[in-house]
Amino acid sequence: MNLKTLLQLFLLFSSLSILSIGGGNTVLPEMHRKTVDDHGWLTDKQFADVFAISQAAPGPSILIVTMIGYKAAGVPGALLATIAMMLPAGILVYLVSRVWARAKDSPARKAIEKGFAPLTVGLILASAWIMSKAADQSWQAYLLTGVCTLIFCATKINPLIVVATAGVIGWLGWL
Amino acid sequence: MSERPSLTALARTFNQIALASFGGGLSAWSREILVVKKQWMEDGEFLSAVTMCRILPGANQINLAVFVGVKFRGIPGALAAVFGLTLVPVLIVLALAYFYFQFHQVPAVAGILKGAAAAAVALTLSMVFKTGKKCLVGLVPLLLFLAVFLMNGIFRWPLLACLSLLAPLALAWAWPKKLKP
Repeated sequence: MNLKTLLQLFLLFSSLSILSIGGGNTVLPEMHRKTVDDHGWLTDKQFADVFAISQAAPGPSILIVTMIGYKAAGVPGALLATIAMMLPAGILVYLVSRVWARAKDSPARKAIEKGFAPLTVGLILASAWIMSKAADQSWQAYLLTGVCTLIFCATKINPLIVVATAGVIGWLGWL
Repeated sequence: MSERPSLTALARTFNQIALASFGGGLSAWSREILVVKKQWMEDGEFLSAVTMCRILPGANQINLAVFVGVKFRGIPGALAAVFGLTLVPVLIVLALAYFYFQFHQVPAVAGILKGAAAAAVALTLSMVFKTGKKCLVGLVPLLLFLAVFLMNGIFRWPLLACLSLLAPLALAWAWPKKLKP
């Protein structure tokens, strides 16, 4: 096993973890530069493909680092890259959430909870917009999104059933 | 809120969120399960946690798992939630990576993903309607909502740029007006 590669993986992804302010996607350009251009762990095409796979697979899309780690140094590389990408940011969230819990009745926390709510809803609408753009939806897919939105808002049907049905519709090639 | 969830409950719940999010929409699934189904937190607390987890470095969903885990069970809770969120997806991604680098093909699931993604966008939109109904009352919150959508969604400004402009306005608006005791 190549210890040097493992060390490089750990150092790279733990520093990207701290730099990824605003979410994992913000460090993708830097991740591409380091892993493809500097280390040559994978090709340009492979990077684009593992990105697409990680977006589609269930779970957090940051698991692209699991695939890069796997390509660079096998299963140990995959696990190490995943842990490195989660640990530093996770420690920071832990510290902030401790402060947050202690500030339970402070005016600052009340203001953040009330004031950030409209901003968060706006950001979520923005991410729905970006997801839809990224998926390059056809008019049939927009129609499906519209119908599903109505179902989610107006009924209590388990969303999993709706997503699975939509998957079948896509599989049949109707989108 | 009901009882404090156990470590196993935390891991199981986050595993459920991860697996449901096939095709995307993790935030919407988190709300669906944490707020609606399990009632572990209310919308106000959930939404502010989501934004804090976005501002802080790291993958948003992993941050949220840490946040919720710490809230109920401290560090062991955070580990349980993150473990639940990532274990099965890591195994799936590893299998896909093996397949991809061995056979140089993306598994042929493109059609299914297209459909699932359309529904995931819908689930995210329905989350906007459901949470918006409660907090977008009045002119100021509506303007904040529209401004951040335009800046981040349409013009693709970085999150930090949007928030450094809008967060102070939002906080000034929301700061409790009553005199402190």
